[in-house]
Amino acid sequence: MSVAQLAQGSVPHAAKRAARRDAVFTASVVAFGIIVAASLIGPWIAPYDPNELYVGPVNGVVSLAHPFGTDDVGRDILSRVLVGAGASVFAPIAIVVLSTLAGALLAVLAAWYGGVLRGAIARVVDVIFAIPGLVLAVLAVAMFGKGLVAPVIALSIAYIPVVARLTQTAASRELGKPYIAALRVQGVSSFAVCFRHLVPALVPVVAAQMAVGFGYAMLDLAAISFLGLGQQAPAADWGSMIASGQSAILAGAPEQSLFPAILVVVTVLAVGIIGARVTVWAEEKER
Amino acid sequence: MNSLLRTLLGRLGGLLLTLFLASVVIYSALLVTPGDPVSTIAGGAKPTPELIAQIRAEYHLDDPVWMRYWQWLSGVFTGDFGRSFVYKTDVLNLIAPRFGVTFQLVLLTVVIILIFGVGSGVLAATRGAKVDRAVSIATSLGMALPTFVVAILLIWVFAKSLGWFPVFGEGAPGRDRLWHLVLPAVSLAVMFNAYISRVTRSALVAQLHSEHVDTARVRGIPRARIFRVHVFRNASPQILAIAGTTIAGLFAASAIAEQAFGLGGLGSLLTEAAARKDLPVVQLVSLLLVAIFVVLNAVADLVSALIDPDSVASGRQA
Repeated sequence: MSVAQLAQGSVPHAAKRAARRDAVFTASVVAFGIIVAASLIGPWIAPYDPNELYVGPVNGVVSLAHPFGTDDVGRDILSRVLVGAGASVFAPIAIVVLSTLAGALLAVLAAWYGGVLRGAIARVVDVIFAIPGLVLAVLAVAMFGKGLVAPVIALSIAYIPVVARLTQTAASRELGKPYIAALRVQGVSSFAVCFRHLVPALVPVVAAQMAVGFGYAMLDLAAISFLGLGQQAPAADWGSMIASGQSAILAGAPEQSLFPAILVVVTVLAVGIIGARVTVWAEEKER
Repeated sequence: MNSLLRTLLGRLGGLLLTLFLASVVIYSALLVTPGDPVSTIAGGAKPTPELIAQIRAEYHLDDPVWMRYWQWLSGVFTGDFGRSFVYKTDVLNLIAPRFGVTFQLVLLTVVIILIFGVGSGVLAATRGAKVDRAVSIATSLGMALPTFVVAILLIWVFAKSLGWFPVFGEGAPGRDRLWHLVLPAVSLAVMFNAYISRVTRSALVAQLHSEHVDTARVRGIPRARIFRVHVFRNASPQILAIAGTTIAGLFAASAIAEQAFGLGGLGSLLTEAAARKDLPVVQLVSLLLVAIFVVLNAVADLVSALIDPDSVASGRQA
């Protein structure tokens, strides 16, 4: 979605203030840790087969046997949420890693060489920026079919502009500092300046951007699955579960949509706080 | 003024170039798509060789690539937007009735954002620490509430439990339409409200702490007038630029609200066409969304420039 493109890595003061408080930060890390752990071992700790029909009643309420209830065809919602966590958590991580590698590479190239190359990269980034992430993802689905692969690649491309612009600003600022000129005068090779000094100096900025980007990637990907273009049945991720639970809501049983929705919101909030803390760290490092 | 004009002309050139390159990207999607479009066009049945030949001729599938691109692009300018693979009708016939629904949904969302997003930002910046804190907690939560989550909550509470609003469809034009669009618009607005509220607050706070506002206070100018002339006016280009980008993005984001509430808009058309590999429809709707996004961004820039010419002349270069 476009919010990711809007954000440009800015983290509001309120979030930074909250993240500075150790209790809030610790709670966020614990929550995110549990969610990541659950997504890793989900298939082994799920109490039921996530795709087996009628292990409980249709639209069953929360109970001891089914802590999150059962869905419109009697599947155990907790088991589906646990098994779906893998795609819901790791697909956004893939997007963040891919877009950061590509964006940071373009940024360092542009800042290092400048001139024509910088202009060409800026033009490419402008064109990508003009295509909203959701549209690019839907276009990719139209080309390569439904599923998570096409949207993950499309969103990785869609996130490049934010990463590239932010990193390039930081890289240009770093390259303008006197110590870089001093290193060059001392005859340190360009390669060494770039990889021993420039790239490590960019790590805090890039790390902060990655943490912030994860939240947006998760929301965008869940939206694609919600539209029915991402994860395909019978497999589920949180976005597709929220969508398929809509008919159950109208039958008076919100559990099927509600639990995955709560997990999406909690994950995004926790990562937002962690991202704010990393940003605070990056800013202190800059000073 | 001369330099402003030159800057704006430069922007216009950049805008056209970006649009052209985006159209090339969107069109090349057709060419790198695996599989033969003939099977999509023919539907489920195994086509006879005659039918294949007829389809290939009708959709110009055997012409060279640049020629097909040229035909497509010149078609876009002359009102011939190609034919849907699935519905076998002009793409324009599919888009025209749906554009209205999406446009009305976005318009209603913008009204909500301007009232609640900008409004809460102004309150946070001017009504003391307690209000600021309350708004900041609300916006932190709002930023984590995506359209599809708000949509299912609204459907559960206001449509199912309370029965105040309809659940499905866009209704008949007029008051019924407005009634059907309230929940979708709210679901679309929540996250952007939070974002615009923050942008508004930080733009206003930056102005409130600036020297010229202190000077105005010392000169004894009334608070309301200081806020109107010295604070809000100077902060508005920044708020407008971000609001413009937000509104531009709403046209694409509305797909999610349209899906959740079963609205027949552009976004649901795009989603459905993508699921069925109806590439002519996907391409044209994508191009339309990109054009809307780029043009609205440019308009926001232009309006900011008219309010405060310095922000363009000295600001970021295109």
